[in-house]
Amino acid sequence: MSEPRSFTTQLQVSPLVLVLLFFFVIPVTLVVIVSFLRYQMLVGIVPDFTLKNYTDILSNPTTWTLYRSTLKFTLIVLAITLVLGFWLSYFLVFHVRNLTIAIGLFLLCTIPFWTSNIIRMISWRPILGREGLVNEALQATGIAAKPIDWLLYSDFSVVVAYVNLFTLFMMVPIFNSMARIDRALMEAAIDAGATRWGVIWNVVLPLSKTGIALGALFVITLVMGDFAVVSVMSGGLSASVTSGMFNDLQFLNYPRAAANAVILLIVVLLIATAIFRLVDVRKELVR
Amino acid sequence: MTNSKEHKKGKRPSMKVSRRSVLTGTAAVAGSTLVTGFPMVWAQNIRDVKLNHTGMSYSTLADIGKMATEDLGFEVSMSVVDHPGLLNRMVNDPTSIDVADIEIWQSKIAVPQGALQGVAISEIKNWDKLTTLYTQGTFNGKEMSREGDSPIEFVYRPDKETNGFTEGMTDFVNFVPGVYNADTLGIRPDLVGREITTWADLISPDFKGRAAIQNVPTNGIMDAMMAFEAAGQLTYGDKGNPTQDELSATIAKLIELKRAGHWRALWNTFDESVNLMASGEVVIQSMWSPAVTAVQVQGTPCVYQPLKEGYRGWGNGLGLMSHLDGIKRDAAIEYVNWYNEGKVGGFIAKQGYYSSNPESAMANLTENERGFFYEGKAATAPITSPTGEETNPAGAVRDGGSYEERFAKVAVWNNLMDEAEFLYAKWNEFNAA
Repeated sequence: MSEPRSFTTQLQVSPLVLVLLFFFVIPVTLVVIVSFLRYQMLVGIVPDFTLKNYTDILSNPTTWTLYRSTLKFTLIVLAITLVLGFWLSYFLVFHVRNLTIAIGLFLLCTIPFWTSNIIRMISWRPILGREGLVNEALQATGIAAKPIDWLLYSDFSVVVAYVNLFTLFMMVPIFNSMARIDRALMEAAIDAGATRWGVIWNVVLPLSKTGIALGALFVITLVMGDFAVVSVMSGGLSASVTSGMFNDLQFLNYPRAAANAVILLIVVLLIATAIFRLVDVRKELVR
Repeated sequence: MTNSKEHKKGKRPSMKVSRRSVLTGTAAVAGSTLVTGFPMVWAQNIRDVKLNHTGMSYSTLADIGKMATEDLGFEVSMSVVDHPGLLNRMVNDPTSIDVADIEIWQSKIAVPQGALQGVAISEIKNWDKLTTLYTQGTFNGKEMSREGDSPIEFVYRPDKETNGFTEGMTDFVNFVPGVYNADTLGIRPDLVGREITTWADLISPDFKGRAAIQNVPTNGIMDAMMAFEAAGQLTYGDKGNPTQDELSATIAKLIELKRAGHWRALWNTFDESVNLMASGEVVIQSMWSPAVTAVQVQGTPCVYQPLKEGYRGWGNGLGLMSHLDGIKRDAAIEYVNWYNEGKVGGFIAKQGYYSSNPESAMANLTENERGFFYEGKAATAPITSPTGEETNPAGAVRDGGSYEERFAKVAVWNNLMDEAEFLYAKWNEFNAA
């Protein structure tokens, strides 16, 4: 490699390096540093090195309860969005013959995203509430004698909101992967005697795995980092790892919140690594 | 207490023409150098001053900033933050605030950190007219409850330079008295189905699945302690400063109720409490006074129910940030004096709060409003919110009765307890359970 060429490469890479440096490396480094400082009630951060924040968090059973609850939501939402995302994409890619209609339908899926997260979340209240649409309908048709309480301010409503908010993040990457599948492969499979399900299982699914991996990564990071949805939709009755951090911040306990953030970052990175072990996203993307 | 006589006499500023009339009337400006001794240059420069009033949503209202800007001739802007946000700004970015609208208990952090400067009582107009709740720790001649952080314990500072608190009355204060109120439970009278008379009703099995408590730990724990004590389930030495054991026992009870499905929700923000009540999800809950007004505006019956154990009182103060000096400080003094001169008092009365200068607030209300908000009389015509919507029809009487009746019954004050850090850890458990 000649000198000028290497200089050009460096120049081309530099914007990305700068962005990562300022918006990722520096903030994360600061968070890590603060997580090792001491907190004093009513004073704030004291510049003494300590491991107390970490030992406090790891030895506190509440931390484990919060992680359990967050992981539970993550797995449930992952499973549901995966099923929805896969079949919605499958329908758009393989069933809708007309490309214009397919793109039109795809855009329809994005319409809810023209409003803010908060609005999409809050809109569920008049639907699921005690005096909401669902309950009124159930009572009017005689299916339920009195309002069903667990529709709102429950784990159920949290999952409904998550699925509503995050399915698109699963669907888009899967759609993208499926759209690249060569139809000739499917014809060949059918010619070779594969059933409809056999084609899906042996051809479509393996070739969509990049999309699934990327979608899963989106959904996992979104759910694990969430604080607003869980507190609004559960009416404050369920908590997440992030809401634990929020409580720390109420009292300016930045060190403990930072330590909590570092632990969460490590957990999410481990999950991401596992996903990338299963699927070589890089290789698949340049395919 | 040695200085109290002096305060009562009221050491007014010696000038005869107030600074504000100097500002607003051009004729006065022309003559001001002669009358007051103030140089002309002051009156011109103060128009360029921009003051920033920072506080929580319930008291930091854009309308107040607008009124102040009109009346005072210099710009007063309002910025809203949440409780932790205010402390954070005061400590870490003090110059972004000029006048801090703090809750009494927040002074416990802000003052020792040196965020506020002492204000001489001689600079505060009408000090002798301000409520004795703040200035003497009494109400209608009776000692106020000292459970929790009552205003009198934090308003005075030893002297101008010392950032601290003193029990005795001195010539300097940490903050100028602001708005205050006595909080209780909000109920839906049409849905509770029986009389509500005690804090114990918050945890009564009658309201299983239809009760809510506020998720602001320092306030929520007070409501919980009032309820468990009233129900005879727990006792406390001092609800204003509970021990770790008392807190653990209280949180354990809260968790027990949560697991049994007693709480329909824990609310975090003002609007959540309004929605819970207005939609009928909840029929009894912790509530703030303007939230009750907001439910009433929607045409839904909602009562801020007085309870036999008394109220949870709270108060705000306007603190001058320590960086203020010169003309900007003059403007800030001008502003806090204006704040207690009546207009704000009249405005804020309509969302259920009281002014530290009740006399001037009453003068800024119509006879009907004065009767309803302060005197416990039945409304002779519909009562409206600050924004003009009807809240109570003619004939209605304010829940809790008159101003006097209400404040005679404050049992505890909002506070920052010694074990606050422990409380936060415990409250986290309650959230996660």
